[in-house]
Amino acid sequence: MSSTTVEPNSVAPGPTQVAPQADGTGVPSYSLAPKVTAAGAVEGELLEVSMGPQHPSTHGVFRMDVVLDGERVVKLKPVFGYLHRNHEKIGENTTYLASMPYTDRLDYFCSMTNNWAYALAVEKLAGLQVPERAEYLRVILAELTRLQNHASLGGFLLQDMGAMGTPLMYAFREREKILDLFESLSGARMMCNYMRFGGCRCDLPPGWVEQAKKVVNDFPGFLDEFETLLNENEILMARTQGVGLLPRALAISASVTGPMLRASGVNYDLRKVDKYGIYDRFDFRVPLGEHGDVYDRYMIRILEMRESLKILQQALRDLPEGSIIDPKAKLRGFRPKLGEAYGRIEAPKGELGFYLISDGSPNPYRYRVRAPSFINLTILEDMCLGHIVADAVIILGSVDIVLGEVDR
Amino acid sequence: METLEQIKARAEAAVPGAKLEIVVNASPSAQHSLLVDNAHAAAVARFLRDDGQLRLDYASNVSGVDWLDTVVKQTVKSKRLIDGVEKEIEETLEIKKPGYLEAVYHLYSTPLKHGPVILRLRTENRTDQARVPSLTPVWRGAEFQEREIFDLFGIVFDGHPDLRRILMWDGFQDHPMRKDYVEPDDYEYEPTPHDAVLERAKPHYAAEAKA
Repeated sequence: MSSTTVEPNSVAPGPTQVAPQADGTGVPSYSLAPKVTAAGAVEGELLEVSMGPQHPSTHGVFRMDVVLDGERVVKLKPVFGYLHRNHEKIGENTTYLASMPYTDRLDYFCSMTNNWAYALAVEKLAGLQVPERAEYLRVILAELTRLQNHASLGGFLLQDMGAMGTPLMYAFREREKILDLFESLSGARMMCNYMRFGGCRCDLPPGWVEQAKKVVNDFPGFLDEFETLLNENEILMARTQGVGLLPRALAISASVTGPMLRASGVNYDLRKVDKYGIYDRFDFRVPLGEHGDVYDRYMIRILEMRESLKILQQALRDLPEGSIIDPKAKLRGFRPKLGEAYGRIEAPKGELGFYLISDGSPNPYRYRVRAPSFINLTILEDMCLGHIVADAVIILGSVDIVLGEVDR
Repeated sequence: METLEQIKARAEAAVPGAKLEIVVNASPSAQHSLLVDNAHAAAVARFLRDDGQLRLDYASNVSGVDWLDTVVKQTVKSKRLIDGVEKEIEETLEIKKPGYLEAVYHLYSTPLKHGPVILRLRTENRTDQARVPSLTPVWRGAEFQEREIFDLFGIVFDGHPDLRRILMWDGFQDHPMRKDYVEPDDYEYEPTPHDAVLERAKPHYAAEAKA
């Protein structure tokens, strides 16, 4: 795929790798030529390896073009688009409402938050109000989504490190309980298609709140067990601490969001910054990392689950009665006035935003998805340089990508 | 945060020669944006990032937008002397407005937690001058997003360090997110074509039968 080839006999001066600039803005550059010693001898050849697309560590159909010096990564270019179906074009060719079920397929782990981000953007575009009960339901479902996303990520990350199966199955057991809640509410485990602009699609079935309270009350037990088994596990610590460092300045400059950004010590959580929905009513904290390594990214997600549980306890306790959709919200034949809006939420993987331009017709003129895991991949190479191939696998795992969202 | 007018005034003072224009957004979101000329875009972007009151260090979202060529019909009334008599004539003029492509940057500040300030860059036209300066040197987060816009809209970002296709494959020719993109009808057969699809599929069946 790369147009540059390594000529075995060519001798080029200069370093094989130029470090990124200190202010975090530079893009790394390389030479594919073999390393040359001061005496002019060639030290060794670089090896170009295509990791993926069919590789269990890539979390989908994803490829990394890696150039290796021995086992060290000197260049890494992510290659994707295998799952590209031009989601944005399809969104421009359908009505506003018809895009709602399609947003489920972006990050197929977190359909509830995808629905919310899209609904929020449309509400901004058309100036719709959301009833209080619907706001509470949205918060409950978004935080449940965060729980199951972070729990599964913990499992996947451990799987990447070689802890085959067990942590992932523990996480999936808990995830399944949450998906049961989604299913009894929306009819589907993963493709929920539950939210609407101006509210939600249907009210809770009888007994749902009690069932949800039970899941929330049981979850800390699982987290305690998970943390006891893993947090101070020697192998986990040896494999993740100091690996895949992401400096604070680079993280901000590269538009990294979500747990990745906060693991680098940047206090930027949209639930606190934008206070969208009713997040200003809940008491919770934003965990921050110190080093910005893979271990911090793992720990941030564990701590965020604890905070999500706090929000869930409060939201389930305070859930009011009332209507669940704005009576003014017209779902069919919906035509917002001319204009544009950008709405964003804190999805489990980072900032998920929708940018909509209306030309007054039933279809959006422009429908853009700001996908967090796509943009978080920008600095994958910077984090992997100098590490061995096996570390590149867990660094990718700690980014938490979903290809449905990366490729769109 | 300052109003957009204040930001515009300060940016014009800080970057001599920069021409900024406020693009009004009529929707209830009231997210107005700043249109900046291409020659000074990078300097204005650096000002927005480094200014102490703004500190817009986080380029959240970069989108491409395609605006097609439009024909605006305008009726003009004019008075002319015809055969010595002054008459009022109505004329319909067709004014061609050339289309353009737009790159829209949504900027936020992580330390000051405000935003969005929306920056728009426009290309001269949609064909041979579809170029804008890249803002990747200012915000690294624009790297993949500008590549995506180059891929799907065909805007060339001057100064981008690694401008290649990102979602479509390397040999792909067109830019599918453009409004006038026509998808090829022969790359995939419908299993049960009907109506318009059948009409489009027929020529390909004939070619297959001959071969």
